[in-house]
Amino acid sequence: MAIELKMPALSPTMEEGTLAKWLVKAGDIVKSGDILAEIETDKATMEFEAVDEGTIAEILVPEGTDGVKVGTVIATIAGEGEATTPAPAKAGAQEPADQKTEPTPEPHKVETGARKLFEAATHDATVGEAEVPEGTEMVRTTVREALRDAMAEEMRKDERVFVMGEEVAEYQGAYKVTQGLLDEFGPKRVIDTPITEYGFAGVGTGAAMGGLRPIVEFMTFNFAMQAIDHIINSAAKTNYMSGGQMRCPIVFRGPNGAASRVAAQHSQNYGPWYASVPGLIVISPYDAADAKGLLKAAIRSEDPVVFLENELLYGRSFDVPKLDDFVLPIGKARIMKPGKDVTLVSYSIGVGVALEAAEQLAGEGIDAEVIDLRTLRPLDTATVLKSLAKTNRIVVVEEGWPTCSISSEIAAVAMEQGFDDLDAPVLRVTNADVPLPYAANLEKAALIDTARVVEAVKKVCYR
Amino acid sequence: MARAAKPKASDSAPPATPNRERPPEPQRYKASKDELLELYRQMLLIRRFEEKAGQLYGLGLIGGFCHLYIGQEAVAVGLQSALTGGLDSVITGYRDHGHMLAYGIDPKVIMAELTGREAGISHGKGGSMHMFSVDHRFYGGHGIVGAQVSLGTGLAFKHKYAEDGGLCMAYFGDGAANQGQVYESFNMAELWKLPIIFVIENNQYAMGTSVNRSSAEDQLYRRGESFRIPGIQVDGMDVLACRGAGETAAEWVRSGKGPVILEMKTYRYRGHSMSDPAKYRSRDEVQAVREKSDPIDHAARELEKMGVTEAALKDIDKDIRRIVSEAADFAESSPEPPLDELYTDVLVETY
Repeated sequence: MAIELKMPALSPTMEEGTLAKWLVKAGDIVKSGDILAEIETDKATMEFEAVDEGTIAEILVPEGTDGVKVGTVIATIAGEGEATTPAPAKAGAQEPADQKTEPTPEPHKVETGARKLFEAATHDATVGEAEVPEGTEMVRTTVREALRDAMAEEMRKDERVFVMGEEVAEYQGAYKVTQGLLDEFGPKRVIDTPITEYGFAGVGTGAAMGGLRPIVEFMTFNFAMQAIDHIINSAAKTNYMSGGQMRCPIVFRGPNGAASRVAAQHSQNYGPWYASVPGLIVISPYDAADAKGLLKAAIRSEDPVVFLENELLYGRSFDVPKLDDFVLPIGKARIMKPGKDVTLVSYSIGVGVALEAAEQLAGEGIDAEVIDLRTLRPLDTATVLKSLAKTNRIVVVEEGWPTCSISSEIAAVAMEQGFDDLDAPVLRVTNADVPLPYAANLEKAALIDTARVVEAVKKVCYR
Repeated sequence: MARAAKPKASDSAPPATPNRERPPEPQRYKASKDELLELYRQMLLIRRFEEKAGQLYGLGLIGGFCHLYIGQEAVAVGLQSALTGGLDSVITGYRDHGHMLAYGIDPKVIMAELTGREAGISHGKGGSMHMFSVDHRFYGGHGIVGAQVSLGTGLAFKHKYAEDGGLCMAYFGDGAANQGQVYESFNMAELWKLPIIFVIENNQYAMGTSVNRSSAEDQLYRRGESFRIPGIQVDGMDVLACRGAGETAAEWVRSGKGPVILEMKTYRYRGHSMSDPAKYRSRDEVQAVREKSDPIDHAARELEKMGVTEAALKDIDKDIRRIVSEAADFAESSPEPPLDELYTDVLVETY
């Protein structure tokens, strides 16, 4: 029985990839560990290794094929003593794979919470970006590319800007966000650090105090807990403690929040932590345009900025205005969808869930307004309160823990400053108050989803 | 303990055949009379300033934590005299008054910061542990033990990035020498050949815990060995030995050879902070150091040998007492910061 080689899933969110290159041909004998092919995902080019031993019987998907779905059989291996399909005498004479499209078995695809978040993250704003001149050309761009473009543009403009972090240079970024920066700017300005978060956060902060404008990438914000002392005690407080003498224009950036099935130590939303610290700016964008425009603003800011990205969003594409210098204001929320019956307040990946919920609610006759906070500190309470005055109801959607959260803060603001406008208590739809579990079903139960948002909205609308 | 403050030469000698290049053994600086007088004057300014600060603390005019530099004066004065003012950066921990005075910062604004007044160098918002003067390239004044080492490495990174020829001198104590980020910084500093002099001010007590009780390798100049950073042990009670070591270290660092560690063997006469009863050491121990190794007395004797009269030294003391007392008057009489200072300088920009 020939062994089927299937297109592998090389990242938690990969659905398809490009079969870039075959390194073997039919008739070749392979053993475990041999590299069979190179496969490109949206993040990187990966080598596909043999696990089984035998002879390559047939190559079913030729090199250069795009959009090969995970689980597609791409080649077969005949085991020892098995007949291989008549090995073609000449290399490269493989049958033109006019796709033997026998139904390929779907890979085992578990329903996970992260996948639902990921899927909801295709929802886009229904109102145009107010900051963009009318008629501006829009270009579909992934969040990942938008972030890279923001850094590259600012580095071209200002010699003092540099990027440092783990795997940012030669590896092209652990999540490929810094791809191409080393080639363009060289090792002086794109710097691979050892695995030493506390140390390089301090080095970056010191360099900012000395007058440079560092972008410090954390591979994820989970690891920044090793460095949080410098973010807070050194970067956030020094301007105040020095009576305004010593500025610290630095950006700490990296993915934040839950990824897919990576469990508790790699799945935390630090938005509320940093947003509680005076002296910091905290930004957490949802779509690619905001990622670009706000990262550029962050790099230009004279203040220390914590810029919280989301791994599940990196590969998602959105419209980004084609402008020479697209910079967005820090501290301004964005109305993603206007509505009159209820206000959904969210940020980062929660915005996709809120928009999906709004779509469902529209079908049930509830017109929800969706606000993306975008900046968590300073919080744009004016936009939230104005919306509350119109809808009289708020549900906050947050991919994070409930206690002492951005949701709690919004609830407090609504109560203190918008009490008379409230027709129902503010409700919070957040992750479960537990460390994020690994098991797919438990992860799903722990993370926010559209159904829970819809349910909460109905509750505040007394429906 | 006086012994420890004056290490025997053999203690600090490099291995007989070093397996990699090391800076030369520093030579005690040969100061002219005027040069030594200036160093003496600076040390005495720190001594009298700190004595006054201790007094004001006792009177309740200074609050919170206040860590005095008395006994350690030769370190900051000697080392910083080897730096290029206006170019080289200095950063230290919370025991920072001495380093500021040695970098030429006005005693009045330092004292006014101690008393929490508007005229203080941080407008009264930093206090004893958090003072900065970007103009003098003095970058603090940091309250978290060891943080200044990573930050200083970042300042050195800036000097290299900007190719300005400057270096950073980052001071920390024997206590901070056990913090993890110090070694993270050592690694990056050597890896990237950053222009930084790591100065370990070994005053032998991390608050109340002696070096021997806290450090598996108590010869702290060796702490860089696994990072290939050369270390030199220096008599931190001799201002000219400090100056000589500072010059050797600066030359090494400026030539692009990467960081160097100076372990300055020194001693603080006072408690860790004003509220430390110092029960962890005997009065005799402190007294012995004061009598045998005091850096200011030491310099005074040397000046006398150079022909400076006792009367001339007394005049200097009188002059310094006047400066310090003016600083104290200024600090006491300056107004407190206005209440609207509460909300200024949190952020630079408005959003």
